[in-house]
Amino acid sequence: MSRRTRIAVCCVALAGLAALLVASVIDLPAFGHYQGAYGNQLNREAVPERHTTNVVTAIVFDYRGFDTLAEEFILFASVVGVTLLLRRAKDSEDEHEVLRKAPDDRTRSDAVHVAGLALIPPLFLLGLWLVAFGLVTPGGGFQGGVLLAGALFVVFLAAGFRAYYELTPTPWLDFAEGSGAAAFTLLGVGALLAGASYLHNFLGPGPRGTLDSGGSLPLLNWATALEVTAAMLLLFSEFLERYVAPGVRPLP
Amino acid sequence: MSYLPYILAAWLFLVGLYGIVTSRNLIHLAVCLTVMQSSTYVLLLAIGYKHRGTAPVFYGAPVGSRAVDPVVQALTLTDVVVSVTVVALILALALDVHRDARTLDPDEIAAFEG
Repeated sequence: MSRRTRIAVCCVALAGLAALLVASVIDLPAFGHYQGAYGNQLNREAVPERHTTNVVTAIVFDYRGFDTLAEEFILFASVVGVTLLLRRAKDSEDEHEVLRKAPDDRTRSDAVHVAGLALIPPLFLLGLWLVAFGLVTPGGGFQGGVLLAGALFVVFLAAGFRAYYELTPTPWLDFAEGSGAAAFTLLGVGALLAGASYLHNFLGPGPRGTLDSGGSLPLLNWATALEVTAAMLLLFSEFLERYVAPGVRPLP
Repeated sequence: MSYLPYILAAWLFLVGLYGIVTSRNLIHLAVCLTVMQSSTYVLLLAIGYKHRGTAPVFYGAPVGSRAVDPVVQALTLTDVVVSVTVVALILALALDVHRDARTLDPDEIAAFEG
């Protein structure tokens, strides 16, 4: 089929799909007139029941904790996939070889240095705060983890590849990423050992609105933050390595 | 106007799909997929929105105050994570394709194999 025919067929199909989509949303409750039962019930009951004031994070790590376990492994599997695709062979010389082959991209502008130095600590702190208070105020392990990784990306922007690469050794990232996923899984087993069901909040809720209000949920939260940070950094590092030192990882 | 956010979601979905079908570059295709997937964020959040509802965080706000649906927000969070992982995998595959076929145009890759 030629490209032109294909696009014509596609446009007809898209027009049909558009009609179906419009027909289906017309019967939804009008925007702003939400009628779902679950959301209202959780908004009413999550705080009295679980003492965690951020209901979204309570859903992620408690009510739908099992889904989050699966989500952790989606993230884990995709990072493993990317690593397998990009990292063909690995030996102990690799790290030095990458650093030797990488072009000299040190940032020489003082303005960029200063801007980077001014950005990194607040970003890092904001990331830690988002994770730590994820069950109390808006935030959580996923959001905070991305921000923590972002703070380290700024190191790359402000100081260049070598500074970033030496600050985030790939073996450590591999280890951190695996431990994050393992910790989440084992915390679920911890609940089993405590005589409750898998991923149950075995430490029990603490005083409302405080850091320990979540019981064992903050532990799940930190495990997620560790995994997300490491996963984001690993993805970035693998792509970056391919870019700066394409020949180092030998092809099969 | 009360259906506008839903129509926006449908539009993002269709425009992303059109981009994928007509794409001449695998990286462009990955970006189109992200556009398509962002329609699901808009749809989920629009379904859970309540007029004059606040965020479902009851720190400083009394329980029982009018708040939007937290379930769809948690689902959107999952959605974003899945989107990131999918794009990362596609980009890694695109790098592999480029190494083997020396092109990122899906049409030329088909020609290269056949």
